[in-house]
Amino acid sequence: MANSKTGVQRPLSPHLQVYRFTTTMLMSIVHRITGGALYFGILLLVGWLLAAASGPEAFDMAQGFFGSWFGILVLLGFSWTLIHHAIGGIRHLVWDTGAGLGPKGREAWGLGTIIGSVVITAALWIGAFVFGLI
Amino acid sequence: MVQLTLPKNSQIKQGKVWEKPQGAKNLAEYKIYRYDPDTGENPRVDTFYVDRDDCGPMVLDGLIWIKNKVDSTLTFRRSCREGICGSCAMNIDGANTLACTKGMDDIKGTVKIYPLPHMPVVKDLVPDLTRFYAQHASIQPYLKTVTAKPEKEWRQSREDRAKLDGLYECILCACCSTSCPSYWWVGDRYLGPAVLLQAYRWLIDSRDEATGERLDDLEDPFRLYRCHTILNCAKTCPKGLNPAKAIAEIKKMMIERQL
Repeated sequence: MANSKTGVQRPLSPHLQVYRFTTTMLMSIVHRITGGALYFGILLLVGWLLAAASGPEAFDMAQGFFGSWFGILVLLGFSWTLIHHAIGGIRHLVWDTGAGLGPKGREAWGLGTIIGSVVITAALWIGAFVFGLI
Repeated sequence: MVQLTLPKNSQIKQGKVWEKPQGAKNLAEYKIYRYDPDTGENPRVDTFYVDRDDCGPMVLDGLIWIKNKVDSTLTFRRSCREGICGSCAMNIDGANTLACTKGMDDIKGTVKIYPLPHMPVVKDLVPDLTRFYAQHASIQPYLKTVTAKPEKEWRQSREDRAKLDGLYECILCACCSTSCPSYWWVGDRYLGPAVLLQAYRWLIDSRDEATGERLDDLEDPFRLYRCHTILNCAKTCPKGLNPAKAIAEIKKMMIERQL
């Protein structure tokens, strides 16, 4: 970093501290967080498969966990994370073609990702309950 | 590297509250970032009161009013006062823009002013743009040709000329680059939106004959590909340009030339 003539180290101007949050900024961060969270989410799936491979007792235990209210809550979060990240991926794919980057398009994609992920997650779980999968 | 907090010497202290102008009925409150390199003290935020009945309508008018009437040491860059020189770029009301084209009426409540974000501060609202200009120079922002020079000018069809619309208007005020979190974290290696928009302006110019070289220069994990489409650049551009779109087009050119 450049120094002033007085030999004083120049201060760094504030950034995150003063910059007003924007929807696209939020979407970018949430996309990263969900991406990171999915690594842990996949561990749940691996754990379940391992339990299935280990034998009936371990499998029953895993089923018990995922069937409990806490297990369902974790799975609900995992499914939303996955769906949100997937829609985000599609959004980035579209943006990579140069489309949807205008003032209206970028806001619509942000809002659409949030609403879409919540609606699809809700539909998935309502469906699971209605068809008796849980 | 990503450093979310400010270094110790950059943390902002409480500043001075300057006196209200006497007899003024219509006041605007300004909170302005101050840093004096001569004292070496930490930056602070001073509060000023501007007499709006004695002052023009723009944020820059208020700054000039303060400099003339309250504190002549207040330091900022300005020149054209009509959005074409790019000197008065600063962070106003939480977003980067030009003080001369931002109306005080567009801001609810206090007018908060900081220098362009995540830059070394020379004094008050004046950031050091040395690196930004060096990055601009690095993309060789001029026509490069190999064929013999024509007798008169290099000609261009209307259609090809139209491709430069939305690019040539850039005034290099650095609002977009300093709004970009990617540029905040790796600005020493990532070129940033303004410079990449300029790069695209020469890539797409039908008269330029160095397209391949230019793309080679940008083909780098950092220089080009640190754009994560956060889109602060396009939102903040005071000229209404879209650097994110220009970057997307460069990425497309990278792919297209491999096909």
